[in-house]
Amino acid sequence: MSTTTVAHHEEHAEHPTGIMRWLTTTNHKDIGTMYLTFALIMFFVGGAMILGIRAELFKPGLQLMNPEFFNQLIGVHALIMIFAALMPAATGFANWMIPLQIGAPDMALPRLNNWGFWLLPPSAILLTLPFTLALFGIGDGALATGWTFYPPLSIQGGIGVDFAIFAVHLLGISSVLGSINIIVTVFNMRAPGMTLMKMPMFVWGWLITAFLLIATIPVLAGAVTMLLTDRHFGTHFFDAAGGGDPIMFQHLFWFFGHPEVYILLLPVWGFIPQILETFSRKPMYGYKAQVYSFWAVGALSVVVWAHHFFTSGMPVPALLYFMYSTMAISLPLAVMFFCWIKTMWKGSMSFETPMLFTVGWIILFGIGGLTGLVLADVAADAQYHNSYFIVAHFHYTLFAGGIMGIMAGTYYWLPKMTGHMYNEKLGKLHFWLTAISFNLTFIPQFFLGLAGMPRRIPDYALQFAEFNMISTIAAFTLGLSQLIFVYNIVTCARGGKKATDQVWEGAQGLEWTLPSPPPYHSFTEQPTVK
Amino acid sequence: MRGYTKISLAVSAMLASISAHADYAWNFPEPVTPMALDTLHVHNKFMLIAMAIFFVVLAIMIYSIFAHRKSKNFKPLTDKAPSTIVEIFWTLIPFVILLWIDFVVMGIPAYHSVIMMEDTRDKANMVIKITGSQWRWQYEYMDGDAQGIKFVSNLATPKEQTDKGFAGAKDENYLLEVDNRLVLPVGAKVRILMTSADVMHNWWVPQFGSSRMAVPGFIRETWVQVEKAGTYRGQCKELCGKGHGYMPVVVDALPVEEYKKWVAAKKEELAKASAGADKEWTKDELVANGKVVYEKNCAVCHQVTGAGLPPAFPAITGSKVTNAPIFGADGKYLKDGHLDRVLNGIRVMPSWKALLNDTEIASVITYERNALGNSVGDILQPAQVKEARQ
Repeated sequence: MSTTTVAHHEEHAEHPTGIMRWLTTTNHKDIGTMYLTFALIMFFVGGAMILGIRAELFKPGLQLMNPEFFNQLIGVHALIMIFAALMPAATGFANWMIPLQIGAPDMALPRLNNWGFWLLPPSAILLTLPFTLALFGIGDGALATGWTFYPPLSIQGGIGVDFAIFAVHLLGISSVLGSINIIVTVFNMRAPGMTLMKMPMFVWGWLITAFLLIATIPVLAGAVTMLLTDRHFGTHFFDAAGGGDPIMFQHLFWFFGHPEVYILLLPVWGFIPQILETFSRKPMYGYKAQVYSFWAVGALSVVVWAHHFFTSGMPVPALLYFMYSTMAISLPLAVMFFCWIKTMWKGSMSFETPMLFTVGWIILFGIGGLTGLVLADVAADAQYHNSYFIVAHFHYTLFAGGIMGIMAGTYYWLPKMTGHMYNEKLGKLHFWLTAISFNLTFIPQFFLGLAGMPRRIPDYALQFAEFNMISTIAAFTLGLSQLIFVYNIVTCARGGKKATDQVWEGAQGLEWTLPSPPPYHSFTEQPTVK
Repeated sequence: MRGYTKISLAVSAMLASISAHADYAWNFPEPVTPMALDTLHVHNKFMLIAMAIFFVVLAIMIYSIFAHRKSKNFKPLTDKAPSTIVEIFWTLIPFVILLWIDFVVMGIPAYHSVIMMEDTRDKANMVIKITGSQWRWQYEYMDGDAQGIKFVSNLATPKEQTDKGFAGAKDENYLLEVDNRLVLPVGAKVRILMTSADVMHNWWVPQFGSSRMAVPGFIRETWVQVEKAGTYRGQCKELCGKGHGYMPVVVDALPVEEYKKWVAAKKEELAKASAGADKEWTKDELVANGKVVYEKNCAVCHQVTGAGLPPAFPAITGSKVTNAPIFGADGKYLKDGHLDRVLNGIRVMPSWKALLNDTEIASVITYERNALGNSVGDILQPAQVKEARQ
């Protein structure tokens, strides 16, 4: 993306040009750019899949696809959006911004960094290849179990399950490598004077994320490996007939799966307050309170997993424990919401695109959080579970809370990364279209869920028709609006009004002391922090 | 506490009146069990709390957005962190409010709901067992007058309506109709034992407020106590393969007298069916009966024509299994033969032992061997199936 813009800044930075630059690069900014580009591409791949699903659900009856293909699309959509869009986007920002924010010349382990990225394209291919193979009569398509791989359905499944298992292995290795790199960088390469409690929030968010990844990814890898041996090598981990237990898989999966939510969200919670302080022209409120909240969320996130399958049946004490511990997550989040709003309060706010996305993010993520609080109630969960209510809930946390946050970060740092200002009018248009069509897509789904529509069904009863139609129309608007985003990024990378070093009037922190775009080897002289 | 209940009832009445005007449903459907009623109250109350928090915080934000802008030359404060005791106190306020909401306002009623939901045994009047399988429910009455009643409940929406590209009018209860409904007496507390024959399923009727996963190899429990006669519909809500959207639950709640009549009639019907197992059937009878059984149970995978959906679901037409002998020289059925496959299943193919009776299995095997492009010529008698089960 930034080939030409970076090159003329640097006489002494020798590196191959053309395709070899990107294949062999160990530069944190180049790798960050590749992560972000990959995430953007996969965002559209996953988006196209879900638009296929929404088109099928436009009205009752089967119009476009058979149920087998429908089931493949839902699961692969989720895996791609989580592992190949949201996580790489967050990792891309980590690569770009952590060295800049802590005053380091690069990441601590640059070759590992390169490997971490190049594991991603093969795993994306592994995930989607079975679709193509099925066209040639090999296998019966991709993973059709939903992204959760629940056995025994995944034991019945075709080669798509095996492909997905190996894809998850590769993605997991990539995430663990990235996490190790971030932890090593943060602990060893901070500028003199930058104590841990002076680190930018984004770095804190990623540090906790990295620990969560290292703690949970191996559990997921173990669980899917057990699945693989159950499928092919005659083990019975998840087969009751051989003394196993299919529910054990759900425990293992969600021991990873619940922290995963915070893995996706913590980096965003990191840069949201930074954007708020920039555009409120007022220092962030409650830095320490937010850092402690991060710790609390990180710790709680690994002890609440079973609320994802309350309806599978557990002893009453377990139900009560998981209910109350889940509710407890709202405590640190309440503190964080308070600090975010207090940062805005009596600031001197202006509403450029990053700030618009951030304010919209706080409101919509608030809806995701509050519905999550209600979902913690075991008895009511029997109704919400696996209905469209839950679909709406987790899209408020992961689309609004995750992807819209990433969009805020993109607009915030794009001028720094490319050296050009993006088109502000288009940015604002993108925000309003996204925010409105997102709500119109998912608010109807809350009502569908309450009325009793289960998720993951290719066809539905007539009483659900109206809301599904609204949701589908809005989903297509939402999808098409994202083309503005791409157009804005591409034109910004290619040229436009020069960005100043500080870019935003109220921007604070080391990354804004460097030129825009920053030189190839970020800090050639080590900065000091008072 | 009482205040909340009143408010939540008022809100649900309000929402119900809105929904009366259009075909949109805004809240849970009308509850007919104590559990669903409790769930509705808890849901309304929690939603009100969540909305109150949301709108108060939103109002503060909106005020700030309009008042504290640069375009209005608002000079920013320079406070940085909660450094004084007063500020720390302020930061802890949201923490304390949520602590109170989580563990008192919401936590206490949620505790009682959980205890109620999990109390499946106390004062239970009858027990039924529900077995999920791909993609139908099997109901079995375990005690009382109805003990021994056992039947399978399949989707009854005509197949052409669910086919791809069907453009005509759909039934009113499209995808929510079954051939054999579960029948329960009004007012009785029914303990439900739940299990599965293959993958995970989840038995769910929204108006009952109970939903429980059916786990293969394990028994899970829940209960319902329907307090109003009527027909209630729901669906499987755990992804269970390609037929996941096609395994509805339909329950008829009958007044006790009518329920007793139904039990008597159903018992007679089942007795007649099992009597059929002892008589000698002709080939034509078996083939005709087998066609019905095949299209209801087997066609979803192997297709009406017998062509299957390879590679996942093999064809019946010309299949090795179908065209090989059923019995070996010793008179026992052959392993991996036709009867073995239908009785015991393999991989994705379910075991039909518990789902179909002797007559149905004999008929469907005879049908598969003498129709769908196969002409093996032999027939299988229900008595032979009965013997093979021993």
